Amino acid sequence: MNVHAIRAIYGFELARTWRTLFQSIASPVLSTSLYFIVFGAAIGSRMAHIDGVSYGAFIVPGLIMLSILTESISNASFGIYMPKYSGTIYELLSAPISTPEIVIGYVGAAATKSVILGTIILVTARVFVVFSIAHPLWMAASLILTSVTFSFFGFIIGVWADGWEKLQIIPLMIVTPLTFLGGSFYSISMLPPLWQKVALFNPVVYLVSGFRWSFYGISDVNIVLSFGMTLVFLLLCVVAVQVIFRTGYKLKA
Amino acid sequence: MQSIIQVSHLTKTYAGGFQALKSVDLEIHQGEIFALLGPNGAGKTTLISIICGIVNPTRGQVLADGHDIIRDFRAARATIGLVPQELTTDAFESVWDTVNFSRGLFGKPADAAYLERVLKDLSLWEKRSSKILTLSGGMKRRVMIAKALSHEPRILFLDEPTAGVDVELRRAMWDMVRSLRESGVTIILTTHYIEEAQEMADRIGVISKGELILVEEKTALMRKLGRKKLTLQLRSPLTQLPAELTDSHLELSGDGLELVYSYDSQGQRTGITTLLRRLAELGIVFKDLQTSESSLEDIFVSLVRSR
Repeated sequence: MNVHAIRAIYGFELARTWRTLFQSIASPVLSTSLYFIVFGAAIGSRMAHIDGVSYGAFIVPGLIMLSILTESISNASFGIYMPKYSGTIYELLSAPISTPEIVIGYVGAAATKSVILGTIILVTARVFVVFSIAHPLWMAASLILTSVTFSFFGFIIGVWADGWEKLQIIPLMIVTPLTFLGGSFYSISMLPPLWQKVALFNPVVYLVSGFRWSFYGISDVNIVLSFGMTLVFLLLCVVAVQVIFRTGYKLKA
Repeated sequence: MQSIIQVSHLTKTYAGGFQALKSVDLEIHQGEIFALLGPNGAGKTTLISIICGIVNPTRGQVLADGHDIIRDFRAARATIGLVPQELTTDAFESVWDTVNFSRGLFGKPADAAYLERVLKDLSLWEKRSSKILTLSGGMKRRVMIAKALSHEPRILFLDEPTAGVDVELRRAMWDMVRSLRESGVTIILTTHYIEEAQEMADRIGVISKGELILVEEKTALMRKLGRKKLTLQLRSPLTQLPAELTDSHLELSGDGLELVYSYDSQGQRTGITTLLRRLAELGIVFKDLQTSESSLEDIFVSLVRSR
């Protein structure tokens, strides 16, 4: 295994985060804090508890998940798209490095950033809202699993995109709406029966539900199903990445 | 001489159906400077890109230092450094960081002393902390060479290495390439500057429309295909070539003041003595004469045109 190459890619990607600290960390933390202030502290104080949890505390897992999904996709897609855009991808393709090593470097760095960001948001949320974590190990596992899965997904988007617009289109037009409609701000049980069934087709519902369970022990869907769906999505992404590198899709002529 | 790169029956057909390489066979000798010449779209960059792993071959085999570039890609690629044609760099990285990154990517542990030597050899040491975007075009080109050398390759590909650089820097790069060869690195360069190939190469390959039409020692090539010209400057202009000289490989210039005689310098008889005697018999007096040899460019143009 080319450990030096993995370290080089991983270090290069993380160095970009420190160089763009405001954009990478401060900006998402600030916007999530605003959600906590508006929905948690201001509006939340006038709303009824959901399943025995105050509204401010109820939205904490969903908001962390919203940031993680967005940032994982954004970091991983940018990480692989930028060399394609600038032309420096030639170096990656001509290096003695295998597909798993490339993926560990890029996806690992993007997931690390997301985990760091999620942890910072978690700590920041505690400033505005009182909450507890019922299953901390499951919470950490869920945080890492989601970060890795969506970093894989972002990596695929970065390979697929051949322009800045394409790079943004899936996160903005698909992932963000799915996240907002995935139970970040409400329980699925609050929807009319028909929309409850429709919501089950939204994969983000399973992520948010599982993550919320690790906090408060309550969930919209079965916890095993939640983790199972996340693993299935991760598996699909891994297969897609393997196909990309085997065929050279959008990377090699 | 031992081969360091062996290309056998290499074919590349792109998705759109364009056949960029047509069963190319080529051997690069260890320690030589090999110049690959060819017009735009001839297949030079495709050939290099396949050897380096950037483009997938359709058919054929490539061995780099004895390692198959597909089956044993790690060992093959570890021996190769590439300086691509385009100035593609991570603009926001420092020179030091980017060469360190390249070394790591090629599986080598950090070696500050080696990288310092590379940067000093390329006159980049003073700029090691500068961001690449602040550097001039010539310096960026040198950064790309430093990146390619960062993992101590045995084979270096230079795709149009001096495109867009000034004459002074071009000369400096030629010196650098020669010193790399002296250190044992095999160099394969593509260039549009025939002068560059003529100046540096040990052997020349000419590729046209995806076919390698010639591979030859540079000096042998020039000896074999090169023709010499004898130009006679006349004292009085001629209105036309005398009938007695029409079969003498002579051309009369437009102003009638120059006679140009083409001959094979390697031939047993050049015909110069006979020509001068016949001119004297016809009373044609010349005031000066000079000879010139075909350049590599002339040879190249003539080869490509003849296809």
